Amino acid sequence: MSITEHDVNRIARLARIELSPEQSARAQHELNGILDLIAQLQAVDTSGIEPMAHPLSAHQDIHLRLRPDVAWPTHTEAERKALMANSPARHDSLFLVPTVIE
Amino acid sequence: MPLHNEFDSIASLREALRARRVSARELATSALEAAHARADLNAFLHIDADLTLAEADAADRLLEQGAQAPALAGVPIAHKDLFVTQGWRTTAASKMLAQYKSPFDATVVSRLQNAGAVSLGKLNCDEFAMGSGNENSAFGPARNPWDPDAVPGGSSGGSAAAVAAGLAMGATGTDTGGSVRQPSALCGVSGIKPTYGTVSRYGMIAYGSSLDQAGPIARHARDLLELLDPMSGFDPRDATSLEACDGQKNEPGRIHAQFVSAAREFDAAGSQPLKGLRIGVPGEFFGAGLAPDVATAVEAALATFESLGAERVAISLPRTELAIPTYYVIAPAEASSNLSRYDGVRYGHRAQQYSDLGEMTSRSRTEGFGPEVLRRIMVGTYVLSHGYYDAYYLQAQRVRRMIVNDFQQAFAGQCDVIMGPVTPTVAKRIGDNREDPVADWLADIYTLGVSLAGLPAMSVPCGFGGSGKPLPVGLQIIGNYFSEGRLLALADRFQQATDWHQRKPELA
Repeated sequence: MSITEHDVNRIARLARIELSPEQSARAQHELNGILDLIAQLQAVDTSGIEPMAHPLSAHQDIHLRLRPDVAWPTHTEAERKALMANSPARHDSLFLVPTVIE
Repeated sequence: MPLHNEFDSIASLREALRARRVSARELATSALEAAHARADLNAFLHIDADLTLAEADAADRLLEQGAQAPALAGVPIAHKDLFVTQGWRTTAASKMLAQYKSPFDATVVSRLQNAGAVSLGKLNCDEFAMGSGNENSAFGPARNPWDPDAVPGGSSGGSAAAVAAGLAMGATGTDTGGSVRQPSALCGVSGIKPTYGTVSRYGMIAYGSSLDQAGPIARHARDLLELLDPMSGFDPRDATSLEACDGQKNEPGRIHAQFVSAAREFDAAGSQPLKGLRIGVPGEFFGAGLAPDVATAVEAALATFESLGAERVAISLPRTELAIPTYYVIAPAEASSNLSRYDGVRYGHRAQQYSDLGEMTSRSRTEGFGPEVLRRIMVGTYVLSHGYYDAYYLQAQRVRRMIVNDFQQAFAGQCDVIMGPVTPTVAKRIGDNREDPVADWLADIYTLGVSLAGLPAMSVPCGFGGSGKPLPVGLQIIGNYFSEGRLLALADRFQQATDWHQRKPELA
């Protein structure tokens, strides 16, 4: 099984990446090479094996913590400004993006 | 030459600082001068003398208290540019974040600052920590101080290069698939990746969240202990930070106490300090891909451990090679998810021209990310997409458990630690494998399994190889969960018996 041009464009769209036709062709070639590498996994008999998401879950009891359901202190105006200073386009306390709905 | 190089350890530097024989400001000033003088290495991405000197002056005030001053007061270190810092820019070596200024400090950064360490600035690395040679930096490759035409390794390449060149007493790094151990090995310095969950990931720019772990790089094991112990500890702001390590509280002091207790045990054993220690040597780490010069240096290191009383046991880690496809499914999958936050809205690069919101996002991402990052995002998106999730992602997670079980089987009855090479070869030349990105992935074979298992592991210098200028070789020491202190004590015994960690590259 190999990745087609159609697959590459589908993946790029899902990943929100814009590829030129040349980049798309190179990506197809590279992804097929990578697919050859990761296809080795298909040959492994994993029947009865549970997928592992946290590396220490076989060693000790792992539970994801939830923070207490209480209100946290609101950020100060200065902190908000520092945070928003990284935005490429902003107005007062708003992040600006192109119009979505006319 | 920076003043701190007159001291062979953080401990001896501390003594001089506390006795006021040298000031934090003098150390910082000379280190900044050296960093500028070695700009050819491209180890630093951002230096701000005012910020550094302000930290040094604060350290000098603390040092007025003498023995009451924090343990690292005045010690010059630097941070991999994957840790967010207030003041210094934080770029992850990406065009995407070229202008980013963090409103907060990473936990690792604030912990080291609270311990008194003085930051010299931000260190080069592979973009978003994706790479093994520091060639994927948007700001140019860092260079190996042993040979400027060779890579320093990656992704923490700037960290290892800075320590090897004597530009900093120590540096922070991050390790997702080997990114602390591999550059440490290739630059002839020492590095440790602790057990997953012992050091906070808060403020460490995310790559593969089930693998990412911070660790220090320094000249030798004793300095690593000085840095790792205060870095570690539970942090409620990291959802995977551990509250306890085998029933012990995860807090500074734990690793130090374990080191002291192991060192005492070794001292008590006299001329055979490591008597009773079983070193597992996996046959799979010495296969056809291992270069003879690396094999020779690692064998000599194993012989040194045997001369200290340790016993060598042949073991098998049968899925060593499978760790490569497993890692290169799981890490890109997590990366594609983590990096979806870069949309050009709240922070990061935004394209100049676009017709709508969708185009703004995709164009910003394509312009902001380098080729390796785009490649891994594409792979990750593919293995998580409808129809492939079970076949690739879940299958990789199942094989991950088998790899973890292999290590546990070895530790259960056969051996106490595992040793072998860190890399199959010494540092490659900058530019090699440019046309074949997967070739670099294959060279991660000895470090990936440990990362998938979340085990602690380190690299210590153990010799030289290469066909031109001598290039360093690293020995990998892998321990069971939460054995960081013991690993460092073992490495310290090795470094008492050898002088590889004291070798310094000729200054060009």
